[in-house]
Amino acid sequence: MDESARRSDGKPALWHAIGSREGRRQEHLEDAAAIYLASGRTPLQELDGIITPNGLFYERHHGGVPTIDPAEHRLMLHGMVDRPLVLTMEDIRRFPSQSRIHFLECSGNPVYTKPYGKTASDLVGLLSCAEWTGVPLKTVLDEAGLQAGAKWVVAEGGDAAALTRSIPIEKCLDDAMLVYSQNGERLRPQQGYPLRLLLPGFEGNMNVKWLRRLKVTAEPAYSREETSKYTDPMPDGTSREFTFYMEAKSIITRPSGGQKLTTHGFHEITGIAWSGHGKIKSVEISLDEGKSWQQAELQEPVLTRALTRFRLPWHWDGTPAVIQSRAIDETGYTQPTLAELVKVRGLNSFYHNNAIWPWRIDANGEVTNAQA
Amino acid sequence: MPRRNLKAAFLVGAIAMLAAAAQADDRYGIGRPATPAEIAGWNIDIGRDGSNLPPGSGSVERGRTVFAEQCSACHGDNGQGGVGDRLVGGQGTLASPKPIRTVGSYWPYASTLFDYIRRAMPQNAPQSLSNEDVYAVSAYILSLNGVVPANAVLDAKSLAAVKMPNRDGFVSDPRPDVHNH
Repeated sequence: MDESARRSDGKPALWHAIGSREGRRQEHLEDAAAIYLASGRTPLQELDGIITPNGLFYERHHGGVPTIDPAEHRLMLHGMVDRPLVLTMEDIRRFPSQSRIHFLECSGNPVYTKPYGKTASDLVGLLSCAEWTGVPLKTVLDEAGLQAGAKWVVAEGGDAAALTRSIPIEKCLDDAMLVYSQNGERLRPQQGYPLRLLLPGFEGNMNVKWLRRLKVTAEPAYSREETSKYTDPMPDGTSREFTFYMEAKSIITRPSGGQKLTTHGFHEITGIAWSGHGKIKSVEISLDEGKSWQQAELQEPVLTRALTRFRLPWHWDGTPAVIQSRAIDETGYTQPTLAELVKVRGLNSFYHNNAIWPWRIDANGEVTNAQA
Repeated sequence: MPRRNLKAAFLVGAIAMLAAAAQADDRYGIGRPATPAEIAGWNIDIGRDGSNLPPGSGSVERGRTVFAEQCSACHGDNGQGGVGDRLVGGQGTLASPKPIRTVGSYWPYASTLFDYIRRAMPQNAPQSLSNEDVYAVSAYILSLNGVVPANAVLDAKSLAAVKMPNRDGFVSDPRPDVHNH
């Protein structure tokens, strides 16, 4: 089944909606039916540039999409702070704001085992990028006054799962944001309206949506999501916990699986690269099954923890080929092959698969997943 | 920020008490204080040491009834799974090619079980169970896994004392773990 067809179409939030009341009512009925459709993918192979339109942003939730009236919504900040606070949405919008472009990616994108997907969206479509507007979390933590010994901030969502994740204080004081707008409009309900946490470069589920509570603590919460779910089982039976960062990754989106080259001659190879550890330094492309690699051109701006668009001009003479990209980030880390990852991590883990995904182009120009 | 600079300049050389006042003035003064009663109402997190577990208790026996009424439709009559996660069994499988991850085989802390059931279950009516019933159904799931005896009654103290089989099964993140260049 085409995953991208299963996503809901993501309309603006109820309180910023265009359309009739009847239309909104219908939307709510659809939302109720969508509770068990826990994710929707971005059609990466159809998109250009680095910004994902809000209606095509990937979705993942753990207990449905709540409908929250922003006038009723409150954020409580408590725990190891001098002044526990209750903030309304109006309060939060009064703080000095920032806008920044960052990607967001689900940690299970994709899993390590077959069947592998056919298209770029099937493989890594739980990935999107937007311009986010909100207030740095540090500003709000400073307002409450952190106490000595504060090491973690436990974030809780206002969804039915009351989803809870623990964030190291270093991240909270670095580039974490409380976000209320995405690509210029208020967050859509599926993205956490009216308020979400944004932790650039950290796995998607930690960017808690419908954010209602922040508790400053000395210890993580060891919540269900961070013990039994978003942990990474290894072949020896142990599991890695608190695996926050999304490592460097890239994928060619054109030509890519499901597409067809209908003519010989000039074709531009293009795709996206990203790293949770900072900026993309370079992207290399191989046209010969990984034997040799050449530099792709990076489209400016190259931003930290954001998608970076790359391109390579190519003349296809009709010979079957396997094409693939690999990203290198500013730490010097190079995106690995699937075989290299599996050698270290085995096949029991679901998460943090940042492998290279090669595409096979046959003599007819049909493009398929070369790994499948 | 001019407002702050002005304040700071004004207070240069002032006594420590006034300096403290300046620090207070550095804030934006946005929001209102959260009251202890509000915090108590919102703060449902249970620590891994069992901290913040509420008063009350529940037996395996009572848990069997609660589970049949509230949980079995998704998790199966005996916690074997269905629409919802499998909750029982799998101990000793984690190092195999087909690991079975359940409360009994995988979850490191029993307190997390109480926390999660109370905050998020049953999925159609989260936070609808009484604390007693959350203790009871936690006890029942642990007993199905052989972690507590069939006659167990759990409360804050006894739940916190439960040692889960996979308690020591977790390691910190070693990445970058692929050294290819």
